[in-house]
Amino acid sequence: MIEIPPIDWSVVLQLCIIFGGATALLMADLFIPEVRRRVTGYLALAVLAAAAIAGVAPWGCRGHTFSGTIQIDSFSLVLNWIFMLGAAITIVLSFDYLPRHGINRGEYYVMILFAVGGMMLLAQGADLVVLFLGLELLSITLYALAGFAYPRTTSEEAAMKYLLIGAFATGFLVFGIALVYGATGATNLAQIGAVLAEGRIDGENRIYLMAGAAMTVIGLGYKISLVPFHMWTPDVYEGSPTPITAFMSVAGKAAAFAGMTRFLLTALETQREIWVPILAALAAITIVVGNLGALTQQNVKRMLAYSSIGQAGYILLGPLAASERGTEAMLYYLLAYTLTNLAAFGVLIALEARGEAAWNLSDLGGLWQRSPGLAIAMAIAMLSLAGVPPTAGFVAKFAVFTAAWQAGQAVLVFIGVIVSAIAAFYYLRVVAQIFMSEPTREVEISSDRVLAFGIGLSVIAIVLIGVLPARLLNLI
Amino acid sequence: MVPTFYYVLLSALLFCVGVTGVLIRRNALVVLMSVELMLNSANLALVAFAHARQDVTGQLLVFFVIVVAAAEVAVGLALLVTIFRTKQTTNIDDINVLKG
Repeated sequence: MIEIPPIDWSVVLQLCIIFGGATALLMADLFIPEVRRRVTGYLALAVLAAAAIAGVAPWGCRGHTFSGTIQIDSFSLVLNWIFMLGAAITIVLSFDYLPRHGINRGEYYVMILFAVGGMMLLAQGADLVVLFLGLELLSITLYALAGFAYPRTTSEEAAMKYLLIGAFATGFLVFGIALVYGATGATNLAQIGAVLAEGRIDGENRIYLMAGAAMTVIGLGYKISLVPFHMWTPDVYEGSPTPITAFMSVAGKAAAFAGMTRFLLTALETQREIWVPILAALAAITIVVGNLGALTQQNVKRMLAYSSIGQAGYILLGPLAASERGTEAMLYYLLAYTLTNLAAFGVLIALEARGEAAWNLSDLGGLWQRSPGLAIAMAIAMLSLAGVPPTAGFVAKFAVFTAAWQAGQAVLVFIGVIVSAIAAFYYLRVVAQIFMSEPTREVEISSDRVLAFGIGLSVIAIVLIGVLPARLLNLI
Repeated sequence: MVPTFYYVLLSALLFCVGVTGVLIRRNALVVLMSVELMLNSANLALVAFAHARQDVTGQLLVFFVIVVAAAEVAVGLALLVTIFRTKQTTNIDDINVLKG
């Protein structure tokens, strides 16, 4: 008789709600007629809301279950909320987009829920096996979502590129996990940390460990598009349906950061002298390459893709600081970045008429005269990405820079500040285009109320977080 | 008994063959097969380590990897079919609308 260890359901309550809700919704969608497709979206929002509320009770608790493979703490709760917020705004932004592009299918919302489940597994995972499964659940649903606008060739191409590169990265991740397991005999992050703390790793096991850790970081690095593993990002972001681009640029990235932070700070804590300089160099290259790449872009969607590469470099400063303050700064940055990017992509969605891309910089010309609300939303989003006070982006950059400075990464902070001054150029170019240029051609603007609500909500949150940062920082 | 190191060496070699395949082959089907080779080389290493340590965790992970690989290939082949319908090609160099 095999004894099943006791399961603490409160640890996995949010996951149960998301996966249960997603499965039920997949069935329920079959009975919802095509014209009422929005109902599926509202039900998905209800599932997300229920899961978000379920995260209130365990606040402040720490615990783990399923033989220590899934854990809950404030780090994972905050991240779960960020994922659910990102998913909820994405769903709101999609209501109008899907029918306008003829892809109004219910699986869309269900797959977003499954992706959120995968992200939560990454945030709550305490074992390499769970991290692997979470990352794959997230990735495979995102491959399908990237190709959701088939037979549009750009969408198909984006999905194919994402899948091939993503599967390649998975290969590295799995081989990395295998080697780490071979070196330490454990897949549990805390156990790996304990084995390494004893310092008994030598000979060939030392080689396995180094190679394995490096390959695991490479596998995760592809997902957060660290340079030099970023080549897929601009193409995939440009070709995917715009709400999905927004979703994968914020929530997908946040989830991969969660997994990476767990792996580095729990399992490899004692090897800090080795990984900190390497990742610091990668962060510096990422910041420089991402922002310089964005400088020359005329296509706003592609520019935002390069900008998201650059932002990943800044976010990486948080885990690099390897302190509680650094982790808090990272969470704060992820929240600010999630809201800002969703607002920016929301405006692009509003400008995107059926079958026609209005992503060129000149298409934004004169937006102020045509739609003042969208113009202000885009301007605030750009200022926040550039890190101008009093937006959330400023506080976030300030927090990661402070954390990195205290950890002795002065050079990195220096590079970061200089590059963000250069980056302000291309963000402000968009703002100048909106307010000072004349419209070059007629672009159809969506007048959907729900879409406007989604954009407005993100913008208000950006400003509120920028004005009242202390409250939120204390909360985290 | 064969030392574990030999198994790891073999799996590392297989992994390199897989990586080379992904990098130099242009047919999307062959690229997917190469990815499969990478994943299965990791499986070989996992099984070897699990056997050496008489520990079941590694073998357990192998099952998960197999399941995930199957799911990935399912999505990949579905995409390939839709792309083949529109473009009549499986060559990844011909799938190049997006660039810049």
